[in-house]
Amino acid sequence: MALDTVKAATENPNTVQPFAELGLKEDEYARIKTILGRRPTSSELAMYSVMWSEHCSYKSSKVHLKQFGEKAVKSDALLVGIGENAGVVDIGQNYAITFKIESHNHPSFIEPYQGAATGVGGIVRDILTMGARPIAVMDPLRFGLADAPDTRRLLPGIVAGIGGYGNCLGLPNIGGEIVFDETYAGNPLVNALCVGVMKHEDIKLATAHGTGNLVVLFGAKTGGDGIGGVSVLASETFNAAKPTKRPSVQVGDPFAEKVLIECCLEIFKADLVIGIQDLGGAGLSCATSELASAGSGGMQINLEKVPLRDPSLSPEEILMSESQERMCAIVAPTKIKTFMAICKKWDVTATVIGEVTSGERLHITFNGELIVDVPPRTVAHDGPVYNRPIKKPDYVDKLAKSTFTVPLPTAPDEVKAAVLKLIASPNIADKSWVTSQYDKYVQGNTVLAQPEDSGLIRIDEQTHLGVAVSTDANARWSYLDPYEGAKLALAESCRNIATSGAKPLAVTNCLNFGSPEDPGVMWQFAETVRGLADACLELGLPITGGNVSFYNQTGDVAILPTPVIGVLGVIQDVRKRTPMGIPNAGLDLYLIGKYNGNLSGSEWAYLHGEIGNVSPVADLDMEKRLVNFLLDGQPIFESAHDVSNGGLAATLVESVLKNQIGARVELNDVANALFSETPGRVLVSIKDSATNEIVKLAGKYQIPIYKIGTTGGTDLEINLSVISIEELSKAHTETFPKLFG
Amino acid sequence: MSFRIGVVTFPGSLDDRDAARAIELAGGIAVPLFHASDDLKEVQAVVLPGGFSYGDYLRCGAIARFAPIMNSIVTAANHGFPVLGICNGFQVLCESHLLPGALTRNSNLHFLCRDQKLKIENTNTMWTTGFKQGQEILIPLKNGEGSFQCDDETLNMLENEGRVIARYVDFDPNGSRNLIAGISNERGNVVGLMPHPEHAIESLTGPSTDGLTFFTSVLHQLVGR
Repeated sequence: MALDTVKAATENPNTVQPFAELGLKEDEYARIKTILGRRPTSSELAMYSVMWSEHCSYKSSKVHLKQFGEKAVKSDALLVGIGENAGVVDIGQNYAITFKIESHNHPSFIEPYQGAATGVGGIVRDILTMGARPIAVMDPLRFGLADAPDTRRLLPGIVAGIGGYGNCLGLPNIGGEIVFDETYAGNPLVNALCVGVMKHEDIKLATAHGTGNLVVLFGAKTGGDGIGGVSVLASETFNAAKPTKRPSVQVGDPFAEKVLIECCLEIFKADLVIGIQDLGGAGLSCATSELASAGSGGMQINLEKVPLRDPSLSPEEILMSESQERMCAIVAPTKIKTFMAICKKWDVTATVIGEVTSGERLHITFNGELIVDVPPRTVAHDGPVYNRPIKKPDYVDKLAKSTFTVPLPTAPDEVKAAVLKLIASPNIADKSWVTSQYDKYVQGNTVLAQPEDSGLIRIDEQTHLGVAVSTDANARWSYLDPYEGAKLALAESCRNIATSGAKPLAVTNCLNFGSPEDPGVMWQFAETVRGLADACLELGLPITGGNVSFYNQTGDVAILPTPVIGVLGVIQDVRKRTPMGIPNAGLDLYLIGKYNGNLSGSEWAYLHGEIGNVSPVADLDMEKRLVNFLLDGQPIFESAHDVSNGGLAATLVESVLKNQIGARVELNDVANALFSETPGRVLVSIKDSATNEIVKLAGKYQIPIYKIGTTGGTDLEINLSVISIEELSKAHTETFPKLFG
Repeated sequence: MSFRIGVVTFPGSLDDRDAARAIELAGGIAVPLFHASDDLKEVQAVVLPGGFSYGDYLRCGAIARFAPIMNSIVTAANHGFPVLGICNGFQVLCESHLLPGALTRNSNLHFLCRDQKLKIENTNTMWTTGFKQGQEILIPLKNGEGSFQCDDETLNMLENEGRVIARYVDFDPNGSRNLIAGISNERGNVVGLMPHPEHAIESLTGPSTDGLTFFTSVLHQLVGR
């Protein structure tokens, strides 16, 4: 096919173009023509189509997401906010932390290993791009029913992919979640979080300044993988009747990325780049247009200089390719020699492909012929914006008015059987089958990791400064009430941070939803964003960035609205962290926080096929006091563990099993007390000598506390029910090996 | 005086900085060595750290073996220079023929990260003199290809010569022959170990501090030289 140049586009205005196949709507195509004053060339069409896809442009979510900026608290801690590759937070001692979650849901459904692996690779490059050394990853995952055949295809592949890539990069995997629900069948959620650390002065931005500065593409060569991945996969609902989309999934090479990380860090250290951008979704289209758009002017790219793995690629394909492990930097001509020498040291291919120009256009030529001539902002930042129709789905009020009942155990034998049943259920069962496939030790700074309440990493070996990260979502509460669900997820994530002894500092999010073209889904989304923005304001926490994944839907069935909220906390002395496990016998067990016995959205209800009627209402003022109570009380807590999924029953069992130390508790209204997931509660153990102190703290922060028992022995005794640690351990640990081999 | 111990960084090495931390904590001076140079920088011992050198392409350790630094290390090792290969480093030592046998895919085919109990079987190597014979220690194991394999003749030789330095206890993590976790060469200066002692040096970040003894052992041996 002849090269479709700007000249050809002007001369042949009526050439029929496949905009619909590339995912563009008719009015979007018309808008491109208006912007350019002519039809786009095929290369321009390729660029607009990927950059205006839902995944890159946030066209359905933008109008809602702006609340994160409008309602934001003024925070001195926020060094770089929303809009860059990842937000950056000041944690003191001149250290800055960058962290972010992204989804890789659709690719992981098609090709579990590579989809999940490149999900890790992508988020790690986002963190690296900010100038930071990546120091940990986490992976919140959602699957269809645990015993469904497709889950057996997906889960082992996805876990192996996350491990295969992350382990090879030398990044400790310190936590995450695994949740099963039938709505995720066909739409698994693979969210990946990465944390990185740098000094304040090392922060890098994705911007191209200075006429004559060079555009350098470095890392892996460009191949045919992932062409159109974001527009084809992430922005469209799966339809069983369509042909397979496997070629749109990228293939990862973690070794190339590991070398790229070390190479970049050496380049950053020598202060050789003006701006830098990674190549992820939308590949070169994204990197060049975003760098130019955020910079001072224009850019000239010579596309034929891009090193290719597959020489048959057309210019359009080169622009759209999502080949992994590539970065694009803006380098001053005076520094290019040193830059190239470092790349050579690490055997990283680096090529000057263009330069920053004084104009205002992004020009791309291919063997001297102009094939792209666009204002970069129109590609990167001024994409279409939709105010999609919103309608509260009927189910919400219908459920709210309904009553539901689930069987509750009363006799000691029934209570014992119920606890064993709960802790063996896939959502509550021990996840070591998964987490043992992840390296949690590498880098030597992991203080806490899964199954602890939060992952905790030491930042400075001399001062003992550290950070904690937690991700949480309760999609069932979000389904019943997305506004409250989002608030509760944030509250839980903060509580997890404080439970480990760290102070919540900043928030990131990954909002996973069904199709935005469904007004009911859009209502769930809008309510979620409103809830999260309100909750951040009330808790005084800045949102540093996030990710939206729509179209997690098969036919009419959307996934449960799943806002995964990540919170970063700081701990001044990691040696003082509070672990979840009961450390020894002879301690007093206290349940902190009030409970209301509501079983809506609980795991116990789910085990009986019920979702409940109304979500709990978040009491953020209380949550704030609870966080302060936990931070203040940290010196007297021997252990602390959040009460969330699976209620007090799960919390007790996990606290007992961690170090195999028993406990004996007395509970009123035993079944509700064990299985209700009333938010805002934590189980702590203290020495008897600290009794006065905990009572004083409870008074100070107006938090109800209940002494429910003591630690010791080889059983968990709940009133008259006695369950041996052996029985607990067997029930808790057998489930995953049985399901997944 | 303090001794200089080199830590080699291959492309894809991961636990190099961790090995350096362990050396420093044991009282040595950690010296970074780069694969592309044959300069040992006057170090008195070397650690080949864990990781995925060259992405584990071809076979684990198979490409690292040809790195310029390995020429110097092999020559020095044959003259009694102490070398510890951890995980990928063990694989490199086998590929370099400094140690016999090979490390193959774990028997359950999964990467496995766990706190693993080991029994120290030989306290006469440069890296194990600080342990008591039969001492049980707990250190992290994390690898996908940790199953030690060799022919019967080699196995008998290793066992008869007391060159098995550590064995897995209570749990078989990977299907290694005779539960072998680590071996040494005939002179006892070259040791390969699949689990990671450099991740058991502080109670804050590891399951124990048992791993430190590997590093203090060699430092004591160097004093005696």
